[in-house]
Amino acid sequence: MEHTPLKAKADTREHLVVIGNGMAGCRAVEELLARDADRYRVTIFGAEPRVNYNRIMLSPVLAGEKSFDDIVINDADWYAANGIALVAGDPVAVIDRAAKTVTTRGGTTECYDRLLIATGSDPFIIPVPGKDLPGVIAFRDMDDVDTMLAAADAGGDAVVIGGGLLGLEAAHGLSLRGMKVTVIHLMPTLMERQLDEAAGWLLKNALEARGQTILTGADTAEIVGDGKVEGVKLKDGTLIPASLVVMAVGIRPSVALARDAGLAVGRGIQVDDHMVTSDPAVLAVGECVEHDGQVYGLVAPLWDMCRSLADGLVEKPSGYRGSVTSTKLKVSGIDVFSAGDFSGGDGCEDIVLRDASRGVYKRVIVKDDRIVGAVLYGDTADGSWYFDLLKKQEDVSDLRDLLIFGQSFASGGGAADPKAAVAALSDDAEICGCNGVTKGQVVACIAKGARSLDAVRGTCKASASCGSCTGLVENLLALTLGDEVQAGPKTMCKCTSFGHDDVRREVVAQDMRSIPEVMQKLHWTTPDGCSSCRPALNYYLLCALPGDDVDDQQSRFVNERLHANIQKDGTYSVVPRMWGGLTNPTELRAIADVVEKYDAPMVKVTGGQRLDIFGIKKEDLPAVWADLNAAGMVSGHAYGKALRTVKTCVGSEWCRFGTQDSTGLGVKIERMSWGSWMPHKFKIAVSGCPRNCAEATIKDFGIVCVDSGYELHVGGNGGIHVRVTDLLCKVATEQEAMDYCAAFIQLYREEARYLERTAPWIERVGVEQIKARIVDDAAGREALRARFLYAQSFSQDDPWAQRAEGAEREHHAPMARFTPQEEMA
Amino acid sequence: MTGDWLDIGWVDEIPVRGSRTVQVAGGDDIAVFRTAEGKVFALLDRCPHKHGRLSQGIVYGGAVACPLHNWRISLSTGEALGDDKGCTPTVPVKIDAGRVLICRASTLKAAA
Ligand SMILES: Cc1cc2nc3c(=O)[nH]c(=O)nc-3n(C[C@H](O)[C@H](O)[C@H](O)COP(=O)(O)OP(=O)(O)OC[C@H]3O[C@@H](n4cnc5c(N)ncnc54)[C@H](O)[C@@H]3O)c2cc1C
Ligand code: HEM
Ligand code: SF4
Ligand code: FES
Repeated sequence: MEHTPLKAKADTREHLVVIGNGMAGCRAVEELLARDADRYRVTIFGAEPRVNYNRIMLSPVLAGEKSFDDIVINDADWYAANGIALVAGDPVAVIDRAAKTVTTRGGTTECYDRLLIATGSDPFIIPVPGKDLPGVIAFRDMDDVDTMLAAADAGGDAVVIGGGLLGLEAAHGLSLRGMKVTVIHLMPTLMERQLDEAAGWLLKNALEARGQTILTGADTAEIVGDGKVEGVKLKDGTLIPASLVVMAVGIRPSVALARDAGLAVGRGIQVDDHMVTSDPAVLAVGECVEHDGQVYGLVAPLWDMCRSLADGLVEKPSGYRGSVTSTKLKVSGIDVFSAGDFSGGDGCEDIVLRDASRGVYKRVIVKDDRIVGAVLYGDTADGSWYFDLLKKQEDVSDLRDLLIFGQSFASGGGAADPKAAVAALSDDAEICGCNGVTKGQVVACIAKGARSLDAVRGTCKASASCGSCTGLVENLLALTLGDEVQAGPKTMCKCTSFGHDDVRREVVAQDMRSIPEVMQKLHWTTPDGCSSCRPALNYYLLCALPGDDVDDQQSRFVNERLHANIQKDGTYSVVPRMWGGLTNPTELRAIADVVEKYDAPMVKVTGGQRLDIFGIKKEDLPAVWADLNAAGMVSGHAYGKALRTVKTCVGSEWCRFGTQDSTGLGVKIERMSWGSWMPHKFKIAVSGCPRNCAEATIKDFGIVCVDSGYELHVGGNGGIHVRVTDLLCKVATEQEAMDYCAAFIQLYREEARYLERTAPWIERVGVEQIKARIVDDAAGREALRARFLYAQSFSQDDPWAQRAEGAEREHHAPMARFTPQEEMA
Repeated sequence: MTGDWLDIGWVDEIPVRGSRTVQVAGGDDIAVFRTAEGKVFALLDRCPHKHGRLSQGIVYGGAVACPLHNWRISLSTGEALGDDKGCTPTVPVKIDAGRVLICRASTLKAAA
């Protein structure tokens, strides 16, 4: 225990007692001394057995970049020189406001005239079994760092629970100290309170490249070990071995003392603008306080609070007005900055700049011509500039177009017009970094006749790779041609300058594996896309990566999320599969039972030869599926961009005209192709003779049986614009009919644009092209067929069965229910 | 469940970029959304266009796209975005220590 002797001789000054020898407590005393060094006699109580140090520098100490001595703010001499009595290593246990005394755990009692509570925060420990095992620690003070260093000396595995600022800094330090580190984060995005999805994805990649294992969306079930920690078990059953577990899931203001003393406490100790609590003799400052409904977890607000507090103590009240905060992650080599509000919303406009080659993502959020938030990754040089504009609420309308390029660009030359800025560039200025194209070359290529973005991309390659210079090229076009610029190809949506085909090609070429990755590498101009591009990207990834778990449920339309068709009254219709339109008494009985049990108001025979049960409530869906599954039926995907039905006629088995077993072939084809996701819905039919009762010539893939074999037809459509199929070819055997069908489906899956049905797709590329690929190129056909069957080996588990077994069951149930009458009673 | 706020559950029960509902007897459901950035909003679960269930839409940025005809509705104001005109009532929400609380008065109004 460190003890600076309490002053012995009588001192008549008012006595200020400070609880908490941390960053805010000591800073408050410094501010007070600077204003009036003699006014108060000061005693500081600190739970930690040491002098005041810079807590935020514990991370560099852990990482080995600093020693404890380097981070001390006030050493023992400072306390002595200013006549401050320090009681360190003995926490205050009780405040007696009536007697105006504090008493420590060790039994020391001290009287006060003014009391300042600066107890900071307590780490939040998640209440899982095993949380008290030796080896499970938080990251808050120097003792925690010492424990981590000792564990790192022994080597082995460490688990950090929590992928926020603290957790990542702990993980970084431990990993530099030689431990094998796994970070477990509950949310899908690292540091989600400071970063958006795009920046979080970049950060995750960078940390993984440094050898850390990052598990997002992972929920801790239990910490296991016999006498000491041995590992962490997740809710999904995964067991991660660990000799050290650091919990960094958040902090809670340390309010126990204040609450026991009867002070007003909300989330923190409630204070007014002068940091005075509900008792005028008691002040509070730092992370333990709640001011105007806000609590803070960063140091910047403490400095403002301490100034107002000291002003009040010397009776020159100024008043604290709350703080806007910014965050920087202290992991060397990784630059992350965030400030203000980046949740978007009304009237907010996002300005996004992505530079994939440099790993840069910048997003500035502007509302009413003022910056309200900023997220920067990879290049944080302008963080302080944005933060300054944000805090000062400066009008940025004049800078608007150049804002995202940073301070030097936006304020240099005063050229607020982007066209003027581009005009001012010299001819050898590089426009396209990816392909090394200069302004002079782009202008020359426009002069030679390239009159659209697409034409420029096609001739001199500028903007053809990552697209980050698209804006510059467009400005050059406008500058050179004036009104003669031709509109480019249709982009996927307003979030990108790329069309579907470009996106798709790059997804495959660059082996992209997640939606945030695509958005970063292709410079999406919005942080998380929109309801047009997200489902499309989800499909492209799904199609490119069979067997990988890339499906993002929140990027699917409701019907595909709930595996049923939403109806206009918000109920759902359920269509179980009836293979080739065949059914039997067991299935019919099960359907009849479901209709009665769940009170379905209507059952209808669909145009696709199966039964549709209408009016099922969302929360009943899992139970309905379970009942249908029990009778052997699976989802009909009547809701999806997927294979719908295979319609058949009765064929040679019953019909006097029948030439082949159309029913049997239809069943086989449906068994082969059900469950596959497609760019759009896909319908098949098989007719037993040219009378074509199954209407095969208005289907996406239609088979018409003839005496000598099977005519294969493609690209038909009913609906508003009826389109009759094109004849693809004729084959001799059933097996060939199936092989060609599989190859055609895969070609459509790989090459059509999302939400493009086979009819418009074939009209766009031409049926000759399809014939060349499927009919003439036997090897190509076989490869397509093989890829389809490979993908199918992963996609044929019944989504209903998974949900009926309880997967995501909670999403079918309301979160809560209220009955107003009871409520009001 | 006290005072002016109704406690409806943990934040984590709402999927990120997704939504859950709160059933109010005798009235429209309330849809509670959670954005990519972890912000939580509540709206009446009824699109101003033709009463689509907004809770079933795709959530992106600060908006939800209605599952019926793809109107985009602002989560913070309930206003239709872009060229569409219409507004869905909002329900004030706050988060306290990981719990989601919705405004009692607005909830009761939903049932009225
Ligand atoms: C590893 C780490 C990295 C950080 N990095 C950053 C960063 O990069 N940027 C940033 O802005 N912020 C950062 N922070 C947060 C920052 O350190 C805190 O906001 C700041 O320390 C809060 O100051 P405080 O005085 O309120 O609390 P503290 O500094 O925690 O001080 C409170 C003190 O009171 C003592 N105490 C508590 N109860 C009693 C009692 N009953 N009796 C006596 N003493 C008591 C505690 O032991 C503690 O020493 C970081 C925090 C940590 C742990
Ligand atoms: C969101 C809108 C739509 C919904 C919810 C919907 C739903 C359905 C359902 C449930 C079926 C029964 C399918 C089956 O048995 O698998 C069906 C059949 C059909 N739908 Fe739609 N449909 C929609 C839009 C369209 C459109 C735009 C067209 C025209 C292009 C269309 C054309 C057809 C045709 C031709 C059939 C009969 C299919 C067959 O005979 O195999 N539908 N639809
Ligand atoms: S298509 Fe031909 S075989 Fe099939 S039912 Fe009609 S007439 Fe009979
Ligand atoms: S009901 Fe919502 S868009 Fe039509």
